[in-house]
Amino acid sequence: MVDILMLPAVLTACLPVVNLCQMFSYSGEVICEPPNNKLDKFTGTLYWRDNKYPLDNEKMLLRGCVLRNTDWCFGMVIFAGLQTKLMQNCGRTKFKRTSIDKLMNTLVLWIFGFLVCMGVILAIGNTIWEQKVGRTFSVYLLWDEPIRNNNVVFSGFLTFWSYIIILNTMVPISLYVSVEVIRLGHSYFINWDRKMYYIQKDTPAEARTTTLNEELGQVEFIFSDKTGTLTQNIMVFNKCSINGKSYGTMHICVWFLCTRTDCVDFSFNPLSDRKFKFHDSSLVEAIKMEEPSVQEFFRLLSLCHTVMPEEKNEGDLVYQAQSPDEGALVTAARNFGFVFRSRTPETVTLYEMGIAVNYQLLAILDFNNVRKRMSVIVRNPAGHIKLYCKGADTIIFDRLDPSNQEFAGEGLRTLALAYKDLDENVLEEWMKRLLNASTVIENREEGLADLYEEIETGLMLLGATAVEDKLQEGVPETIACLTLANIKIWVLTGDKLETAMNIGYSCNMLRDDMNEVFIISGHSVSEAHALEPELEQVLLETACLCKTVICCRVTPMQKAQVVELVKTNKMAVTLAIGDGANDVSMIKTAHIGVGISGQEGMQAVLASDYSFAQFRYLQRLLLVHGRWSYFRMCNFLFYFFYKNFAFTLVHFWFGFFCGFSAQTVYDQWFITLFNIVYTSLPVLAMGLFDQDVNEANSHRYPSLYRPGQLNLLFNKRQFFLCTLQGMGTSFLLFFIPYGAFCLVVRDDGSHISDQQAFAVIISTSLVIVVSVQIGLDTYYWTAVNHVFVWGSLAVYFAILFAMHSDGLFSILPSHFPFIGTARNCLTQKSVWLVIMLTTVACVMPGLAVRFLKTDLYPTLTDKKKAKSLNIDTQCRLCRSRPRSRTSDSCGGPGAVHADTVARCTMFSSDTLVRLASGLSGHCVKKQCGLVGLCFGGLRLS
Amino acid sequence: MGKVKANAGPLARRPDNSAFKQQRLPAWSPMLTAQTVLPFFYGMATVCVLLGVWLLVTVQNTHELKVDYTHAGSCDKCFEKRKDRANANQSCNCTVVFNIENTFKGDVFFYYGLINFHQNLRQYMDSRDDGQMIGRNKNLKNPSSYCEPFMKDKNGLPIAPCGAVANSMFNDSFTLVYHSAASRQVVPLFRKGITWYTDKNVKFRNPQVENKTLTLAQVFEGTGQPLYWQKPVYDLDPWDRNNNGFINEDLIVWMREAAFPNFKKLYGVLNRAIEPFTEGLPAGNYSVDISYNFPVEYFQGRKEVVLSTVSWFGGQNNFLPIAYLVTGCLILLLAVILTAVWWKFAL
Repeated sequence: MVDILMLPAVLTACLPVVNLCQMFSYSGEVICEPPNNKLDKFTGTLYWRDNKYPLDNEKMLLRGCVLRNTDWCFGMVIFAGLQTKLMQNCGRTKFKRTSIDKLMNTLVLWIFGFLVCMGVILAIGNTIWEQKVGRTFSVYLLWDEPIRNNNVVFSGFLTFWSYIIILNTMVPISLYVSVEVIRLGHSYFINWDRKMYYIQKDTPAEARTTTLNEELGQVEFIFSDKTGTLTQNIMVFNKCSINGKSYGTMHICVWFLCTRTDCVDFSFNPLSDRKFKFHDSSLVEAIKMEEPSVQEFFRLLSLCHTVMPEEKNEGDLVYQAQSPDEGALVTAARNFGFVFRSRTPETVTLYEMGIAVNYQLLAILDFNNVRKRMSVIVRNPAGHIKLYCKGADTIIFDRLDPSNQEFAGEGLRTLALAYKDLDENVLEEWMKRLLNASTVIENREEGLADLYEEIETGLMLLGATAVEDKLQEGVPETIACLTLANIKIWVLTGDKLETAMNIGYSCNMLRDDMNEVFIISGHSVSEAHALEPELEQVLLETACLCKTVICCRVTPMQKAQVVELVKTNKMAVTLAIGDGANDVSMIKTAHIGVGISGQEGMQAVLASDYSFAQFRYLQRLLLVHGRWSYFRMCNFLFYFFYKNFAFTLVHFWFGFFCGFSAQTVYDQWFITLFNIVYTSLPVLAMGLFDQDVNEANSHRYPSLYRPGQLNLLFNKRQFFLCTLQGMGTSFLLFFIPYGAFCLVVRDDGSHISDQQAFAVIISTSLVIVVSVQIGLDTYYWTAVNHVFVWGSLAVYFAILFAMHSDGLFSILPSHFPFIGTARNCLTQKSVWLVIMLTTVACVMPGLAVRFLKTDLYPTLTDKKKAKSLNIDTQCRLCRSRPRSRTSDSCGGPGAVHADTVARCTMFSSDTLVRLASGLSGHCVKKQCGLVGLCFGGLRLS
Repeated sequence: MGKVKANAGPLARRPDNSAFKQQRLPAWSPMLTAQTVLPFFYGMATVCVLLGVWLLVTVQNTHELKVDYTHAGSCDKCFEKRKDRANANQSCNCTVVFNIENTFKGDVFFYYGLINFHQNLRQYMDSRDDGQMIGRNKNLKNPSSYCEPFMKDKNGLPIAPCGAVANSMFNDSFTLVYHSAASRQVVPLFRKGITWYTDKNVKFRNPQVENKTLTLAQVFEGTGQPLYWQKPVYDLDPWDRNNNGFINEDLIVWMREAAFPNFKKLYGVLNRAIEPFTEGLPAGNYSVDISYNFPVEYFQGRKEVVLSTVSWFGGQNNFLPIAYLVTGCLILLLAVILTAVWWKFAL
């Protein structure tokens, strides 16, 4: 876990390596930059035997690198542990918690405060009662020793603690356990979801954490990586232009019907890659005709790169490329007969149309983001020295006649290729200066860049290539749908502006009719400044005014900074989605991190909270799983708090009648079992299975996602309401039986107003009331819900009768003193009359309020449900009748949304995907002619 | 988290296509529509009102009479006497006279009531030993420490029955007398059969001894009587030998602690085998002769005698019918409001 400096080749050459021990005895000195997070830069110098040797990024093995094509190498540790560049870039891992979690903790504290308040009230009550009444009653009930010493306050103090113990069921431990169980269940549902399983890669979705599920229903900002997340990160050599002639037009489009021309047959080339496809056979014919420009074109592609070949068996070539587009280009050259076979530090071996040719590699002028090009200088077997250069079209075209500009703006990555013949003397002189420049510590890069610039002039254009990174399936639809759900999607990419914009267009994120588009480019000075404190706010405000935000050329750290900026300032839930190591810091920073298990290894997935294979699953994760999780969790919490308030506060009311003596209303066994056995399973079933709107409608009406973002379903107000409902229920639960039984007798005249009978009546009423309430709160009655609700009731009565049975009493008389109470109570008609009255009185007001709410202030969910119900019934009744008033009254935004999405899905089959992904560049242009213009304008500005 | 399945293959990790895992369980989704909610409200209102009316009519046909005898009539002197604890062992008898205007038809129950007596204090309720009262010999001589300070008497003998509950047992006794035109006739009361069957036969048992010939007094030998009692537990009912010890019905009734400070407990049931009580209690003048023992002045309590008939849902109880009527009316009101709102906003 260290960054290692490989000893430079120059040095290794100088070192008379005799044995390892001797190697260790060499003493030199390395002076280098302090630890930083720049992955692509390193500056340092090695001083050894009075010589200076330049050290740069090329000579570094960063933490996490793997040695290829060699078994060992000598190195020296530069940075270790947290100082390594990767760790510097990681950002700190924070423990992620959901807002509901935080709210829950606050509420638990509140409840605790409430508990203390009630304890104090009851303790004061006890003090007064003991003073006024208890004193006189002490004939029958002697005061304990300490109280007898004329100290009723002490009695109050003891009562306070007794009531704290009795009333602590308001905050049961089972709340936390149940919440965790529900979250675990939701995570499993994500893991089990077939619709998030990617069949090609055999990758199911995976919830890597079980603590964030309900936050998925509250996301407001999505920060997405581009390459590999929106796109497949599979580079396809798509088109090329050689000497002004364009090859690779793949579609003949008549209206929307596009047909592909047949694939080219590469059987003439035994070393070809079978997976490679190209659709223009004229290029093969050109190469078979041995056209020099075409040959030179592919020679350049096979020479000018940093790909490493791996040949395990004869003819079975595998390329290890730093970037997928480089690999794509070398593979293309390979298939067209210019096979890059092997390389040493000084030579490159090609098989040109089956003949081995050795090129001497004189210099590599490597690629970086400023230069946007790379060159190699080689000496061919004939002794000619040539410079081959490939680079971004804009850079190369600066000096050349622009013949290939039409590639731009089609979502393709365009590279121009050029070459130059070099004179031996010029090169020799230049090489000396290069060596000098590369040992300077200060401004080394600038010096080198100047030198490179100097030699890369006067290039001759060979042609241009276009490599396409295809959009993943369903990306435009997903983005459209998420946008309708009022989720803002920001694209943060390391790519250049043009590519990012093209993807933006093909994803429907950019449209011609948009005025509020904000595209910032990092690496330019502006963004670096923009992330400084003074400008942060401006950046944020501007960005939030826009419909679409695309940040290009951002580093991993900047991605995280942008996320952090939104997270801290907008108080909104953020989600970051990415696939590569460069997204790790952003994934860790955001509230929720999603990893795409794609081409670029596992780092993103390992750092993420959720992972799946395709971007389009995000829609299902948020709109279905997230929404349900949030809805279920909120309903669960509402009911749970209600239930426990209703259960516990009965003791409070009873306190006023039993001299505040901390006598419990219920049987001890009932108190123990109420939360664990009698009422835990129905509410768990609701928390796990409930669905207010089915998944089809969740997709159809993305605006149903809005309540989660606004945090409407469970907040402090809702908590207050459920507290109120719980208190009301406990009040009725206590006072109705009190009124009825305070003076009543059994139908055989014997009394029933004793404490045990009262306990049975209230606990039975309570269990029935909360069961009815959960029945009303459950929107989706599966068999499991039925079993749990009815089962819980059955179990309650079974346990009640068992606890009150003769057998248990005769074994342990002091633990089961309620013998016979259930039998004697529950056979009485008056008891059932009271239970029924209590149930009706407790449940009806809530029902009425809910009905009024749906009528007066219908939520979106209510409307959609009413609508789908209406449509259902109407469809059943009469298919031809127009929609009813209900659907009209809520037809506004919902209907529009539905239509838009419907349109997207309608076309998604074939054409739209192709249109959008820019596969058929011409079609795009014809359909939306303005794209090109707009694009051009922007580029100029 | 994802479990890797044993079977390898291209689709090895594909989740099962079960309704449960795909959250497609068949389900019933009820919805609060006006078509279901409003009729339900009207229905509930009707049911509640009808029940309320029915209960009210039933209650109207029951009778109840309460006589507070704390210091009514000649009981005043007894009240004064009981103020001083020194007189605890002196008996005091008094009589209270009252009149029944309408005949109490059917079974008539005789209760004694206590006002402001807290049988529901935690320490009080805990102060008993069910193990002792179920007749366990171990507990008889060695009662639970919950009974403190009523566990052992002055001589160190274990108290049977121990604890504050038993100690404070109500010990007034009553004789109800009917004054007809012709004569003065004692109203016959059943003093047994006034407990729950389970209490009498399961919860309370006299100590079991192997030697069946022992008298109850011998069984209880080695135990002391509760401090405030005038008689030992095996001598509670001088007329019925089988009603003594822990299974004495008055004791059982008392031991079932009331939930609220105002309560009444069953004392006896009218024996309707004897004329003129076959139809119930005839209208006329009555008196109760009271053996006034239980002091209530310490805690500002009151004592009363209650005569009552019962209906199919218990004794006279106006709360339940009125509560039903009120609830029914409120639901009706709610239903009307809901209908109006629905009519105005949803239609």
